[in-house]
Amino acid sequence: MRGILGRRTLMRSLAGVLVATLTFGVAACGDDDPKGSDAAEAGPNGVDDGSELTLWTRAPLEKQAKLLVDAYNASHKNQVKLTVVPNDDYVAKVGAAAGSSGLPDLFAADIVYVPNWVNQGLFQDISKNIDGLSFKDSINKGHLSAGTVDGKAHVLPFVLDLSMLFWNKQLFKEAGLDPEKAPATLDEYAAAAKKVQALKKDGVYGTAAGLNCGGCLVFTWFPSIWASGGEVLSADGKSSELASDTAQKVYGTWNDLWKSGAVLPSSSGETGPTWTAAFTEGKVGLMFYPATLLSSTPFDAGVAGIPGPSGGASTFVGGDGIGVSKDSKKAAQAWNFLSWMMSEDAQVEVLAKNKDVVSRSDLAGNKYAATDPRLVTINEVAGKGDTPVAMNFQQAFNAPNSPWLTLVRNQVLEGKSGELQKDNQEITAVLGQ
Amino acid sequence: MRRGRQALLGWLYATPTAVFVVALFAIPLLLVIKMSVSKWPLLTGDQGFNAPANFEKAVDHRFFTDSVVFTLKYTVLATVLLLVLGLGLALLVQESSRWNNLLRASFLIPSALGLASASLLFYVFYSPYASPLKPLMDSWGFTFLGSPNAALFSTTFLIVWRYAGFYMVLMLVGLQGIPADVFEAARSDGATRWQTFWRVTMPLLRPTLALTTVLCVTGSLLAFEQFYILTKGGPDNSTITVVQLIYSVAFQGQNDLGVAAAISVIVLVALVVINALQLRAFRSEES
Repeated sequence: MRGILGRRTLMRSLAGVLVATLTFGVAACGDDDPKGSDAAEAGPNGVDDGSELTLWTRAPLEKQAKLLVDAYNASHKNQVKLTVVPNDDYVAKVGAAAGSSGLPDLFAADIVYVPNWVNQGLFQDISKNIDGLSFKDSINKGHLSAGTVDGKAHVLPFVLDLSMLFWNKQLFKEAGLDPEKAPATLDEYAAAAKKVQALKKDGVYGTAAGLNCGGCLVFTWFPSIWASGGEVLSADGKSSELASDTAQKVYGTWNDLWKSGAVLPSSSGETGPTWTAAFTEGKVGLMFYPATLLSSTPFDAGVAGIPGPSGGASTFVGGDGIGVSKDSKKAAQAWNFLSWMMSEDAQVEVLAKNKDVVSRSDLAGNKYAATDPRLVTINEVAGKGDTPVAMNFQQAFNAPNSPWLTLVRNQVLEGKSGELQKDNQEITAVLGQ
Repeated sequence: MRRGRQALLGWLYATPTAVFVVALFAIPLLLVIKMSVSKWPLLTGDQGFNAPANFEKAVDHRFFTDSVVFTLKYTVLATVLLLVLGLGLALLVQESSRWNNLLRASFLIPSALGLASASLLFYVFYSPYASPLKPLMDSWGFTFLGSPNAALFSTTFLIVWRYAGFYMVLMLVGLQGIPADVFEAARSDGATRWQTFWRVTMPLLRPTLALTTVLCVTGSLLAFEQFYILTKGGPDNSTITVVQLIYSVAFQGQNDLGVAAAISVIVLVALVVINALQLRAFRSEES
């Protein structure tokens, strides 16, 4: 009896081991598909043959990505499957996938990371396809050049996100300011914030900023420096110029605003997730705010370019670039999505219709822009904006413990102006690594 | 013959566990050790052997010392609070009665919540923007995560809330394992409550204390979720734990798995040493 039981268990265990081995074996062999055709061989519009394409993007651009993907799926045989990843986890997810050759067919990347990722070979070269587009010269330059390495373009603009000066017209009226006129200099901006603060309305503050969020500060404060003709980085992206006189004036204005109590108090700890929330709820007078949120701002807001200490207007041409991943076996089908995305149909009937910025300058004066003068303003300022290019941008600026964050917090919250040179050198050290 | 078959059968019984140990522990461990001696950027993968460059970079990292000091500080604070509170709660609810059952359950409920969910709950609770305590914060001019010390204590409070019930249960099991006649003997010898606690309960509770200390110290040294969600290492880089440093080196900017693996190996060695010391300390006093 015992022997029989033993033998049966033995057989069962053996079968179990066998099944396990087979499963591992099959999983290991799954990657051996033959490589599909090159994007460039498939003609100017790529291939629309009912393939399933995968696309990854990060959460802040979910709305625009969904609109684009839905419109594409409705009009094409190819079907795009969209995956939206939380902002903070995006780099880790892409990194892990890149290491194990598991990247989706298409993926978007924060434009400031694009130079590094292209350099690491995460995107396929699509310069031949882009050269074939008749409107190539009107595609947003900042995004295109961020994805160009050795003359080869790898990335197209997916969604443009511009930082703009937004003001709450109702609060401006109550504070005795002209609700139709934007502050023309950074000093006027500060004065307007203090006036809104002086209303002493419960829970209402003059202005707000993500003072513990490196990415937010890059996005909203670099334009102030550019607007007054300053630079933030050297041309090669290896050293920081954030201790210049113009930069110091920007920090000084914000330090004064912070001390005067006109800045939303939770700004000092704001790491990013809710940095725009107070303005959207109508509790902040004016702030530097992402233009992608124009359609979801429920009240009457004014929009202008971001002014510098001596006036002017500029913007950070942010948002995400998109390209075909190195691991995609369906480059021709993926290009079909990209070429449609750049077409007038997608740019005007999807993006512009949702009050988003188009990524082609020849479509800036489209019919939807004409109905909302704020869109015309945004499209105009887009031409004056800039996109900084540096290999180690993330570590120097966006990371939660970046030296840029230390610099801003020392200057604005602590008022330690003596630390400026040292903090700026720390940024240069990281950029140069 | 029969013996040989039994041995084979024994091996087969052990196989499922062995497969899991090899697949989920041994292989990842070997991989981490290999990473720690290789140039291994996140986005491009293995670029070949480069020891000991990763370890040098790890120790020279501008937050390495800060994060070690902060992790130790947090570990001492969390361990002392959790063990004292766990024991205190266990003594409070030791006798079984109707009310004590209710108390036990309510102390234990936070343990049913995942640490990340609990952290998110407290993120809102502490937020100067969305918190129900906002009026209080406004009138005191104080925020829970605004200064280095406030952030440390607020996070420790979350951990105490989350884990006190768990340590209470462990202590309760230990307390109930002490035979009742020992207490009776102490009482008939005329010991006061205080004397009974120090001379009878505490010595007999030693194995439980050893277990809880090891658990708590190891858990606190590996703290990550609570700080990742609540403070992100801030304000002003004052609350970076070692594991957070590993994460940020790997995924937030530097994107260097080699250096991250080197820190992981250092932490692993430190943990083995610390746990060996703890176990020895508890054992030597026993014998």
